[in-house]
Amino acid sequence: MHYMQVPSHVEYERATSVEHALSLLSRPDTRVLAGGHSLIPMMKLRLAQPEVLVDINDLAELSYIRLDGGQLRIGALARHADLLDSAVAGELFPIFHDAERVVADPIVRLWGTVGGSLCQADPSEDLSAVFAAARAVAVIRGQDGDREIPVRQFHLGPYETVIGPGELLAEVRVPVPVPAHGGAGSAYEKVARRVGDWSVAAVGAVLRLGKDHIQDAGIGLTAVGAEHFVAAEAEDFLRGRAPDGESFRAAGAIAAEHCHPVADQRGPEDYKRHLVAELTARALCHAAERASR
Amino acid sequence: MTVNGTEYAREVEPRLLLIHFLRDELGLTGSHWGCDTSNCGSCVVWLDERPVKACTVLAAMADGRSVRTVEDLERDGRLDPVQQGFVECHGLQCGFCTPGMMMTARWLLDHHPDPAEAEIREVISGQICRCTGYENIVRSIRWAAEHSGENP
Repeated sequence: MHYMQVPSHVEYERATSVEHALSLLSRPDTRVLAGGHSLIPMMKLRLAQPEVLVDINDLAELSYIRLDGGQLRIGALARHADLLDSAVAGELFPIFHDAERVVADPIVRLWGTVGGSLCQADPSEDLSAVFAAARAVAVIRGQDGDREIPVRQFHLGPYETVIGPGELLAEVRVPVPVPAHGGAGSAYEKVARRVGDWSVAAVGAVLRLGKDHIQDAGIGLTAVGAEHFVAAEAEDFLRGRAPDGESFRAAGAIAAEHCHPVADQRGPEDYKRHLVAELTARALCHAAERASR
Repeated sequence: MTVNGTEYAREVEPRLLLIHFLRDELGLTGSHWGCDTSNCGSCVVWLDERPVKACTVLAAMADGRSVRTVEDLERDGRLDPVQQGFVECHGLQCGFCTPGMMMTARWLLDHHPDPAEAEIREVISGQICRCTGYENIVRSIRWAAEHSGENP
């Protein structure tokens, strides 16, 4: 007797070009299959039961990471391991390397994709908060062309995004900060119970510094019910203030107050709020250190 | 798909997972079917030269691609240094996680022939062994690094 987990019946199509993928995706009840490391487990549990899978793994034209016109452009099919290996990404945004070191495990990172993580829209997934902190823009391709949606407006709720039928996430664009005087820095701090587990809580910070003040701060929160994965009140608080420990601790307290963690097997609500306060301060300190290098 | 250098053509249901295709269709039972949730890594095989947890890949996704399993480590009656290392350093007890550990180890050594202990621990961090406490697995992989290119 086998007690194996089996997805329900599904059709399988392999896209040979982006145009082919878009035409396949215009059929009802399709799902994009990239790395599959979130979708296939969900299909085994029957939490997802698409009629048709559209395998986009052959679309090499969606797999790139390059600097172009003041933006870091990441193809949706870039694997987590590609982002972790990308020198240009790590230099401009150390937050990406911080986060990719703690996404799943090294074998899963070889297959899971950047676009897949965003589109899965799991509330505990790391890259949503990272890209929200970096004020990235999602480029969504449809048969009528591209539309650009800020990552901060990309998620409609758990497991739900703005991507409609017949559309495909093609690229994530990250504006490279041009600081006036003090540099730019970023960092991601995560607490998880063990390798490969979701965050208990995690915080990403992207700082742009002026001569002696904070020009702009982006703060992303993972797994704690923050609206659009962002600590907007803490970001507002920091603008114009001195980039020091006092400001960062105060921002952490504000972030902890405004998020909405729920108690689960990873911890009670007050512990998660404590983590948000602490990790926000740490990520901001780390980002500021990197900015002043 | 090509498995261990041999081409196979089969009609399969799209929902069939690669691990079950390898074990049940091709009879390659070296790769183990473990947790079924991509946590334990005992099902790790190579797909187009990179390790993957075969319980989280559809067999159809491997169509036209190349798969390598633990059965392919031994060549012409000679054990791969990774296999020899597991023998020398008692890298296995019950053996359930071993095929996955060895496929990941072979990939690591192909790319980093002289890995530090920390690198070895990192690369196997998504694979679970309930017997050894990992100590002897790490030693086995180091043994293989130190004895690569030797004729066993």
